[in-house]
Amino acid sequence: MYRYIVHRLLLAIPTLAGAAALVFVLMRLIPGDICVVRLASGGGTFDPHSVDVCHAELGLDRPMILQFLDFMLGFFRLDFGISMWTGKPVAYEIAARLPISIEVALLATVVAIAFAIPLGTISALKQNSWIDVVVRTVAIAGIATPSFWLGIVVLLIILDVTNYVTGAPWMPPIDYVPLWKDPIRNLSMVFWPAVTVGYRYSAVTMRMTRSAMLEVLREDYIRTARAKGLLDRIVINRHALKNALLPVVTLIGIEFAFLIGGLVVTEQVFNLNGIGRLFVLSVQNQDYTLTQALVMLVVTVFVMTNLLVDVLYGWLDPRIRFG
Amino acid sequence: MSSVTPIETGSAAAADELELKRSPLRIVISFCLHEPLGAFGMLLVLLMALAAVSADWLAPFDPTANDFGAMTEAPSWTHLLGTDQFGRDVLSRILFGAQTAMVVGFTCAFVGGALGLVIGVGSAYFGGRIDLVLQRFLDVLMAFPLIILALAVVSIFGTGVHNVIVAITVPLVPRCARVVRSSALAIREVPYIDAARACGFGHSRIILRHMIPNVMAPFLIVITAFVGQAILAEASLSYLGLGVQEPTPAWGLMLQGGAEEYALSAPWIAIFPGLAIALTVFGISLFGDALRDALDPKLRGR
Repeated sequence: MYRYIVHRLLLAIPTLAGAAALVFVLMRLIPGDICVVRLASGGGTFDPHSVDVCHAELGLDRPMILQFLDFMLGFFRLDFGISMWTGKPVAYEIAARLPISIEVALLATVVAIAFAIPLGTISALKQNSWIDVVVRTVAIAGIATPSFWLGIVVLLIILDVTNYVTGAPWMPPIDYVPLWKDPIRNLSMVFWPAVTVGYRYSAVTMRMTRSAMLEVLREDYIRTARAKGLLDRIVINRHALKNALLPVVTLIGIEFAFLIGGLVVTEQVFNLNGIGRLFVLSVQNQDYTLTQALVMLVVTVFVMTNLLVDVLYGWLDPRIRFG
Repeated sequence: MSSVTPIETGSAAAADELELKRSPLRIVISFCLHEPLGAFGMLLVLLMALAAVSADWLAPFDPTANDFGAMTEAPSWTHLLGTDQFGRDVLSRILFGAQTAMVVGFTCAFVGGALGLVIGVGSAYFGGRIDLVLQRFLDVLMAFPLIILALAVVSIFGTGVHNVIVAITVPLVPRCARVVRSSALAIREVPYIDAARACGFGHSRIILRHMIPNVMAPFLIVITAFVGQAILAEASLSYLGLGVQEPTPAWGLMLQGGAEEYALSAPWIAIFPGLAIALTVFGISLFGDALRDALDPKLRGR
C-alpha cells in the first residue's frame, strides 16, 4: 500500500514537471511583452529604457533556464512570487478567488450526488420501464446542454420572474461574502451557478451509477442475498449500492478536480470572480508568474485527486491489490 | 470499456447484431430496429448535417447582413426565429452556424481520434519504455487545463476555425489513446498476434491489419462521444471570445454578444442557438449510447 502510494507520487513528478515546462514555454511563445502592456496601460508614451527597468524588476532579463529553475524551486517551496500584473503576491491573488470556486464546486457535487445516486439506482432497478427511459433521456439531455447556456436561460427566467413580481429585475450580488458572514447573500450568489453546473455533473454521475448498479445486480452474491430471504431494501443498500458506488466515487473525484479550474464559462455567465476567470485574465495579461502558479495548482489538484481516488478505491474494495 | 471482446469471438447475438461482412444497408436496418432511440439520435444529427450542407439554399436571409430596420424583432413569418441586435436573421445564422459546428465537431473527433488510436495501439504493442514515456506525456496533456491550451493556441496563432480545431483536438488525443490502449493491451496477448509474429510479419502490418481492426469497437464509441464534446467545447470557446470570430456564424458566438443584454426584451437571441447546440449533441449522445450497446455485447441493455 505505502509502496504503491510512493510509486504513484514518483510517477506524478514527470507529470508535474511536464506541465510546468509546457506552461512555461507556451506563455513565452505568446507574442507581446507584459512590460510594454503595463507601461502602455497607464496611457501616453514611455521611454524604451523603462521597459528594460521593468524587465529587470520582474527578472525577465535573466536566462530562460534560470527563470524556469526559479519557477520550479518556487513550486517546491510553495512560493510563486509576485504577480507580474498586479504586483501583489500570487498566493494572495489566488486565495482571494479560490473560496468561491471551491464553494460552487462543492455545492454542485452535493446537487449531483443528491439527484444522481437515487435516480441512477431506481433507473437500474426498473430497467427499461418508463421511469428508466425518462431518467436516461433527462440525463443525456444534461450531457448535451451547454452549462453556460443553461446558466443564461436560468438567469433569464430569474430576471423575468423577479421583474414581474417586484417590478425590478433581480441583480446578483457582486462581491463575494463568506458563507458564515452572510449566508443568504452568499447562497444567492453561488446557488444558481452550482445548479447549472450540477445538472451536467449529476447527469454524468447518474449514468455511471446506473450502469454500475446494473452490473452489480447481475452478480451471484445479489442472487444469494435475495435467496436467503433478505429484504429488498437491505439487498440494495447494503449489498448492491455499496459495491456499485466504487466507479461513481472515481467519477465524482475526477469531476470535482476538474471543476476547480474548469468553471471559466459559468463564472463568466454569472459574473463570479473565481479561479476560472483569473486564468483567462492572467493569460491575457501575460502574467507569467500567476498563470504558472494557476496551472500548477490545477494540475496538482488533478494528480492528487486521481491518487486519492485510487487509494480510496483499494480501501473500499479489498479485492483490489496495488501492484 | 476497459476490455473488449473481439467481435469474432463474441456471442452469437453479437455476431447477429453487427457483422462486418454484411451489407451496410442491412446493418443500418438492423441497428434501427434494435436501437430506435439511437436511430432517432442519428436522424437528429443527419438533419443538422443536412442543414449545414444546404444552408446556402435553406437560409432565408444572409447570415451576416445587418438590417437596422429590423433589430431584435420577435419571431414572425418573415423572421421565423426573430432577429438579433443587429437585425440579423437568427434562423439563417443557426443554419450557417451548423456548418461551423459540424466542421469543428467532426474534424476534431476524427483527427483527435486517429492520433489517439495510433498512439494508444503503438503504446500497447511496443510496451516497455516507449509505453512508459508515451503514458507520462499523455498524463501531462490530460491534466493540463483545456482553457489554458486554448488561450495559448489562440494567443499565439490567432483566432479562427483552424486554430479552434487545434485547441480542441489536442486534449482529445490522450483521452482516446487511454481507451484504445487498454483494449489493445488485452489484444496483444491473444494467440493470433503471436501467430502473426511467428509468420514473420512486420510491426506495421501487425498493427494495421491485426491490432487496429480489433480495437475498432471502443474507438468508434469514443469518437462518437468526441463529436459532441468538440461541439460543446467550440461553443464554450466562441462564447468566451476565444474561438470562432465574427462575422462567421457560430452557435457559441451567437450567445456571446447580445444574449445576456437582451435577456428580457429579446430572449429568442439566447434561446434558439443554445437549443441548436443541445439538440445536436443530444442526437449524437443518443446515437453513441446505442452504438455502444450494439458494439459491446458486455454492455448490452445498459
